[in-house]
Amino acid sequence: MGAYELDGSPYALERAALQELLDVLRAHGYTTVGPQIEHGAIVYDELHRIEELPIGWTDVQEGGSYRLERRNDDALFGYNVGPHSWKRFLSPPLRLLWRARKTEDGFEFVVDEEPPPRYAFIGVRACELHAIQQLDAIYMAGAATDKDYQRRREALFIVAVNCGKAGNTCFCASLGTGPGVGPGYDIALTELLDGEHRFVAVAGSVRGAEILETIPHRSATDADIALAEATIAQAARRMGRSLETAGLKELLYRNIDHPRWEAVAQRCLTCGACTMVCPTCFCFSIEDATDLSGQVAERWRRFDSCFTLAFSFISSGSVRTSAKARYRQWLMHKLAAWQDQFGAIGCVGCGRCITWCPVGIDITAEAAALRAEESGQLQPEPAAV
Amino acid sequence: MATQRKPRLAVWKFASCDGCQLSLLDCEEELLAVVEQVEIAYFLEASRAVVEGPYDLSLVEGSITTPADIERIREIREASRFLVAIGACATAGGIQALRNFGDVREFAAAVYAHPEYIETLKRSAPIAEHVFVDFELRGCPINKHQLLEVIAAYLHGRKPNIPTYSVCIECKLRGTPCVMVAAGVACLGPVTQAGCHALCPAYGRGCFGCYGPMETPNTASLMTWWREQLGASPQTIVRALRTYNAGNEVFRKESEAYEHAHD
Amino acid sequence: MTAQRMAFPEAMRGSAVSPQAAQAPILSLDAFRPYRCRVAGRQQENDDTFTVELTPVGARRHAAFAPGQFNMLYIFGVGEIPISISGDPAEPDRLLHTTRAVGVVTRAMAKLREGDVIGVRGPFGTHWPLEALQGKDIVIVAGGIGLAPLRPALYYLVAHRKDYERVVLLYGARTPEDLLYRSELERWRARFDLEVYVTVDRATGDWRGNVGVVTTLIPRAPFEPRNAAALICGPEIMMRYAVQALQKRGVDATQTWLSLERNMKCGVAMCGHCQLGPHIVCRDGPVFRMDQIEHFFGRGEV
Repeated sequence: MGAYELDGSPYALERAALQELLDVLRAHGYTTVGPQIEHGAIVYDELHRIEELPIGWTDVQEGGSYRLERRNDDALFGYNVGPHSWKRFLSPPLRLLWRARKTEDGFEFVVDEEPPPRYAFIGVRACELHAIQQLDAIYMAGAATDKDYQRRREALFIVAVNCGKAGNTCFCASLGTGPGVGPGYDIALTELLDGEHRFVAVAGSVRGAEILETIPHRSATDADIALAEATIAQAARRMGRSLETAGLKELLYRNIDHPRWEAVAQRCLTCGACTMVCPTCFCFSIEDATDLSGQVAERWRRFDSCFTLAFSFISSGSVRTSAKARYRQWLMHKLAAWQDQFGAIGCVGCGRCITWCPVGIDITAEAAALRAEESGQLQPEPAAV
Repeated sequence: MATQRKPRLAVWKFASCDGCQLSLLDCEEELLAVVEQVEIAYFLEASRAVVEGPYDLSLVEGSITTPADIERIREIREASRFLVAIGACATAGGIQALRNFGDVREFAAAVYAHPEYIETLKRSAPIAEHVFVDFELRGCPINKHQLLEVIAAYLHGRKPNIPTYSVCIECKLRGTPCVMVAAGVACLGPVTQAGCHALCPAYGRGCFGCYGPMETPNTASLMTWWREQLGASPQTIVRALRTYNAGNEVFRKESEAYEHAHD
Repeated sequence: MTAQRMAFPEAMRGSAVSPQAAQAPILSLDAFRPYRCRVAGRQQENDDTFTVELTPVGARRHAAFAPGQFNMLYIFGVGEIPISISGDPAEPDRLLHTTRAVGVVTRAMAKLREGDVIGVRGPFGTHWPLEALQGKDIVIVAGGIGLAPLRPALYYLVAHRKDYERVVLLYGARTPEDLLYRSELERWRARFDLEVYVTVDRATGDWRGNVGVVTTLIPRAPFEPRNAAALICGPEIMMRYAVQALQKRGVDATQTWLSLERNMKCGVAMCGHCQLGPHIVCRDGPVFRMDQIEHFFGRGEV
């Protein structure tokens, strides 16, 4: 399990220590954010007390369906991911990029930069950590840097949690993005529910280790560690779905004109919900606006979706007008083109797009259907890329 | 509108409830800014006055339901540089377009003692069915921020930032968990145009479709899901689709597909 | 123009801007904030097309650009659009953009007067790989406004004329009135070392030149296919036919470059709008070598 290959010996924390962890982080100036129940789902919001977590709740997910259910224990993290993802904190859905004022001599920019928030995310799952790293590659590692994202990201403290269960729409195990967290966290927790309710904690950074030292702990025993590993392994075995990645890019590039796209377009609502809940979908639009007087202009940045008509609009109209083309763009971008653009598959296997599609369209099923049509035989000629 | 004088704004009313016009009054502090920028040449309730012009921007509320309406909207069009239809009545015929599904003479006979005095068209029609419309601002009622955006855009010669995508996108931007997925509530959000900031789902209700169909609605797929997964009856579906935008082609056709179906 | 200022990098992919432009301070401050430029001149090219010259406000200077690159131009309160640079790369201080008034922003641009201030971000994207094409016949195929992003290439070729074999310009417009840069076309046509062929879809007035789409010029244009490189810009359909006609003559995809249009919002490969399959057009394009995009180019709705 990746979590234990890093530095430092694992600690065991009692449940009560988790509140101290929150308190210490807040004392260090972090705004702590974590899972909470709202409107019948587990969302991410500011977290002050451990009691605000969805204690004793779990989620039951299927294509187009999500329900909370009681667990028969008091687990703090006994669920998977909900409709929110962390991207809304690192790259808020709507952001003012700048404001300018008309002057006698043209216009001038009004400087009103705010200090970025310092977030500590509590309960980041393995797939979500991968998703954040995907956003890093897009917003920070290209020719230009999204400064606002960078400042939020650099200030970020990550308390990750290994998954002890897997949802019906989860498929991170097949992508190698979970359920155990990989590098990139400050502290990683594994919740142990057998016997005494406790957590195995590992530091993944210097500041993570420093914070961990300040809260009550003991060394984790071999039994603690074995149980933690078994818990994660069990989640890996219970994934509801899987995605075969071998030759996936070539498979999709070969099948641009496959009739399957037409079939899925019959069901696809082009509502864009999948792109909004996806933790890696990074597209945004830039909107220029004025006030009524025309004296003040603003530029806004807003989450956008490749399912909208405006997304591909050029002088001769939208490039992708059919639902087929837009669904294909989304899936092919996520699973194939992303590899060429940013060096990895753009999907982390969290299953949000499946659960939160209002009509339950399943990305793994669509990819599998294309593969099945080819009867598992890769044709010799890969795409010319 | 690079004229010396202030641009002239007119607000016109046809068959409607006045709710959309009230959105303009509802602007409160922004209304002062509006008045600073435009001369409000014609406004509210004065629907019997003669059309004088020209107007730089005409906001038209309400649907066309009488022969006199047809004449008046043509005059307004001629007197207006830009004409923006506001609200579900002006863009889809409104709730009164329910009469399009029946026989208006029967309704008149049932309601009025002397139906022979009632001069009315068979159908309640959106403005664009009779004259060219520069822009349609959807909603029942319209959203005041969108109205201000449209006015500002026309004043300054830019494209209004009025998205035509689904309510789902607004709902997600707002962070509301989907009521359909998380609670099994029938919701028209996936096929309805954004603009209301996903108001109803934020209160746990399904979207009522006040803003009419989104740019590329797949109502057939959504209604199949309602039927098969949410257990909605054909009557539920017909009622859901026949409200403020009943007259819109997309919602009308889909409702007709379920009109004679049985459970 | 010194070699130092104008080194064309070989790599097409991953090179967002020319090395000179990459050193410019624009993006390091805020990728989305334009720098202000004053309209220093304005030239009407035809009915709906015009060229503006832009000079930075204050002490800053334009970054050097390579032929084929584009800028994002911002009209206060109206919006921002990608427009290719159409001036001389040897004179980066004279920033020229030729635009057709077709949308809201370009119509607002059409109303610009000398002294007005607009915003500029860029330069962005890949360029025509001219330095790598030394010793070749260069065939330039332009349709309509597509000549604008190719004009910097022509300036460069003229300035480095001895480094190339034949230089051929094939240019098509709808009518004679739609032709861009008419006096320049005449000057180029008068040169013995340039072959300029112009055609119109529809002859009007006293037009006595070629009539027909620009791709009909390709079969009889004077170049040696085995040693030719083609640079194409125009409507997508015209580019598809141009590629076919060139291939028929033996100019293969590896020697054919074209400039693509996609919706561009950020210019810095972040916003996702300008994708074409695996390519992010603002970063990997707009200039692509045909064989790199063959699988996706011209396929319906990709």
